[in-house]
Amino acid sequence: MHRRTALALLASLPAYAGLSRKALAAEWDGILTEAKGQTVYWHAWGGDPKINDFITWIGEKAQERHGVTLEHVKLASTADAVARVLAEQQAGQTEGGAVDLIWINGENFAAMKSQGLLFGPFAEDLPNWPLVDVAGKPATVTDFTLPTGGFESPWAMAQLVFEYDGKQVVNPPRTIGELADWILANPGRFTYPQPPDYLGTTFLKQVLYGVMADPALLQSPVDDAGYDAQVAPLWAWLDRVHPALWRQARAFPQNEPALGQLLADGETAISFAFNPGRASAEIAAGNLPDTVRTFVLDGGTIGNASFVAIPFNAAHRAGAMVIANLLLDPEVQARAQDPAVLGFQTVLNLQSLSAEDRARFDALELGVATLSPADLGPVLLEPHASWMTRIAQDWTARYGVAQ
Amino acid sequence: MTTAVTTDLLRLAPVLTLGLMVVPVAAGLAGTLAPALKNGGAGFAALADWPGLARAVALSLGTGLGSTLLSLLLTIAILAAFAGRPVFDRLRRLIAPLLSVPHAAAALGLAFLIAPSGWIARLISPELTGWQSPPDLLILNDPLGLSLTLGLVAKELPFLLLMALVALPQTGADQRLPVAATLGYGRIAGFVLTTLPALYAQLRLPVYAVLAYAMTTVDMAMILGPTLPPTLSVQVVLWMSEASLASRDIAAAAACLQFALVIAALALWRGAEALAARALTATAFHGRRLTGLDRPTATLALTATAVTAGSLGAGLAGLALWSVAGQWQFPDALPASLTMRHWVDSLPVLADTLSQTLIVGLAATLAALVLTIACLRAESTHHLRPGPRALALLYLPLLVPQIAFLPGLQVLAARTGMQGTLATVALAHLVFVLPYVFLSLCGPWRAWDGRIATAAATMGASESRIFWHLRLPMMAGPVLTAGAVGLAVSVGQYLPTLLIGGGRVETLTTEAVALSSGGNRRLIGAHAMLQLAIPALAFGIALAVPAMLWRNRRQMRGIA
Repeated sequence: MHRRTALALLASLPAYAGLSRKALAAEWDGILTEAKGQTVYWHAWGGDPKINDFITWIGEKAQERHGVTLEHVKLASTADAVARVLAEQQAGQTEGGAVDLIWINGENFAAMKSQGLLFGPFAEDLPNWPLVDVAGKPATVTDFTLPTGGFESPWAMAQLVFEYDGKQVVNPPRTIGELADWILANPGRFTYPQPPDYLGTTFLKQVLYGVMADPALLQSPVDDAGYDAQVAPLWAWLDRVHPALWRQARAFPQNEPALGQLLADGETAISFAFNPGRASAEIAAGNLPDTVRTFVLDGGTIGNASFVAIPFNAAHRAGAMVIANLLLDPEVQARAQDPAVLGFQTVLNLQSLSAEDRARFDALELGVATLSPADLGPVLLEPHASWMTRIAQDWTARYGVAQ
Repeated sequence: MTTAVTTDLLRLAPVLTLGLMVVPVAAGLAGTLAPALKNGGAGFAALADWPGLARAVALSLGTGLGSTLLSLLLTIAILAAFAGRPVFDRLRRLIAPLLSVPHAAAALGLAFLIAPSGWIARLISPELTGWQSPPDLLILNDPLGLSLTLGLVAKELPFLLLMALVALPQTGADQRLPVAATLGYGRIAGFVLTTLPALYAQLRLPVYAVLAYAMTTVDMAMILGPTLPPTLSVQVVLWMSEASLASRDIAAAAACLQFALVIAALALWRGAEALAARALTATAFHGRRLTGLDRPTATLALTATAVTAGSLGAGLAGLALWSVAGQWQFPDALPASLTMRHWVDSLPVLADTLSQTLIVGLAATLAALVLTIACLRAESTHHLRPGPRALALLYLPLLVPQIAFLPGLQVLAARTGMQGTLATVALAHLVFVLPYVFLSLCGPWRAWDGRIATAAATMGASESRIFWHLRLPMMAGPVLTAGAVGLAVSVGQYLPTLLIGGGRVETLTTEAVALSSGGNRRLIGAHAMLQLAIPALAFGIALAVPAMLWRNRRQMRGIA
């Protein structure tokens, strides 16, 4: 079959459900042939050198195994890539688009999917898909309560953990209420990234989980009628701690790395990150003192998955699918989980791996500040994306413009 | 090439140049205005409902006007106090390196210097302050935008000073100042009354550019400016980076407002100019010698120079140190260990980035120089002097905030399939490089003494001979300076590179800004150092070449 025809056929099928495994393997061979020699432009946030190095390494693997060249387009914000695809759609450019692959999740995914900016479904037809722990890690197929429907493929799990300097904090708080007490007792030593920053809004959602009467409501879209009463405890909590935050809440760090820098500079004593392995990795890199440790809250902390998606007009769709599949490879996943590399949690079901592949994970050292999977506690599901948008907006109206 | 062809090409040059300014800006603006106006102006309505609007507007105006006024006054004070004195030559040598610092690098250096966890606090702690951990003080991102104003002054003062130095020899200061002195005027009064009016006439365009830039800067305001709310232009970028279409409409409306604000501020400035001119005339008629001004002004000028050069220098030294720092805890004054790891890690990637930066920068600068000189030559040959309207068009890319018209340009590039090539990015840079090159060059070029041409013509020299053998060589200094300015502008471009390059063209600046959102001072330091190297080299050449060319021509050395 002609390569173009094969691909067109792939794109036109809702899924390969009707194809036998053998036929699927043949189609994948077609994709591999198509991908060979392609250059895939992966638009991914470029603010962390460790992640950048990891993507470079992925590129080497892709070249070595499949003859695919990977170009990491470093973004300051994922929305830049969304804006680019949107601009191309508005300009009527339905093929040969600049973006082949996007690191994405949450509201960006919801926005792209609802505006028809994504190619798919493709994820569940990738050869490595059966290894994904769909049952044990529901976040791999549910992105902020929105079913992914195969329009994006997971590649890493993240969970909110708190970080503290053991030299300054002896008994870290275990609940949101205790955190407030600690903040009031230690003025100026805690803050959070300014919403609508991703991590800052995640922190607000974590507080919401802790103070809301019925957190189960978070799994449904915001209900206008009840909203004000439902979130009132969140604003009360913030009103209480704000005077005791870093800079009396008259300024906030702008993103996760800026928050991490405050801990590194000793300006804050308790911090948090969306990566259980971050503290260990930063200690290893000499950026954090080796007295830093991590903790989670009783009842669990919010967790989600990172995905890759392919725009509807990607110029190198086959290459992009090859990269998405490569990201699910056990060797790649084990490397991502290595605290010395990234410390990201794997999306794979370790039980489904071969003994050899499972050994790769068993061999990993946790790192001095990283909690064991058992100590990490339960993972709370991301609330529906409308909560994120709404509380970020309201936060800005309440605190985002100086009085 | 025959004379006729040259003549025809020259006639076309102004049209081509203006077209390069107007078409992209107009297309981009249309692309901005459309979403702002759609749905019956829903974007404007939402903007008006945004609670931070008044404050964001006030911040843009306040930091923009404040920093521009301060930079201009200090420029005048430094020139008045030191022109013609030995210390002046030392100052001169400071300007080029200061000027070549990219805005983002300067802001980051300054931020690390003055932050509560910054170098100054580390140097005096715990000995003088008793601080074992950084004090909880709001110095950076202060609500009034004072750090931002300081940062802007530190960057704009060297720019205005350089522009003034380029123009100064054309004002006849060498003759006027001694006359004022023999009449008993103090240095300051003599300079302000006799030289400033002629100097300001040539400095006006750079001052307007500074004002428009200061009001709309995004990178410096993100690093140093307030955040609750930020300045209007930063807020536009924040809205633009939200995924929802509604916030894009607000961003478009805010971009239109920002454009109007810049126009209003320029009008205000223009009015103040008239008032200042009247005050100056009145002072001159009083005939007071005002010698008492000299000493305090000299002190002020010296302090300002020391603070500006010192803060930029120390900030960059801090970044340089971070680029080789191992563990560096507060309140240690110096890192516990030094390592080249960050450099070794990033060098392989940098070779590629560096070459892309250079290709784009050199192409845009060269094209800008050729077009500018062709326009200026058409001016004298065909008397095609730009009218006020044509000049206003040339200003467009400097007055219209980048964020206002770049998204529209991006759509245009995508539609024509020109996105993501080095040539397209160079073309986009040209839109911003060209005005700066023209503004830098037109003053000194026009102020060239036309009697030299007349004398040459009476001796039988042809038009083109006069151009190639007299005017161009005599203008070597200004041309190279304009080229260096152009290269510095190109190297510093972030949004055009990102949007028009489709992310496929990576320059040192796009890399540095992507990293700066990650706050890793070590890598930022390494990138800032490399980002410095290109423009620094260009300004070095602009200073060194005329000095070598004119080593036997004392009178020519002022034109640098």
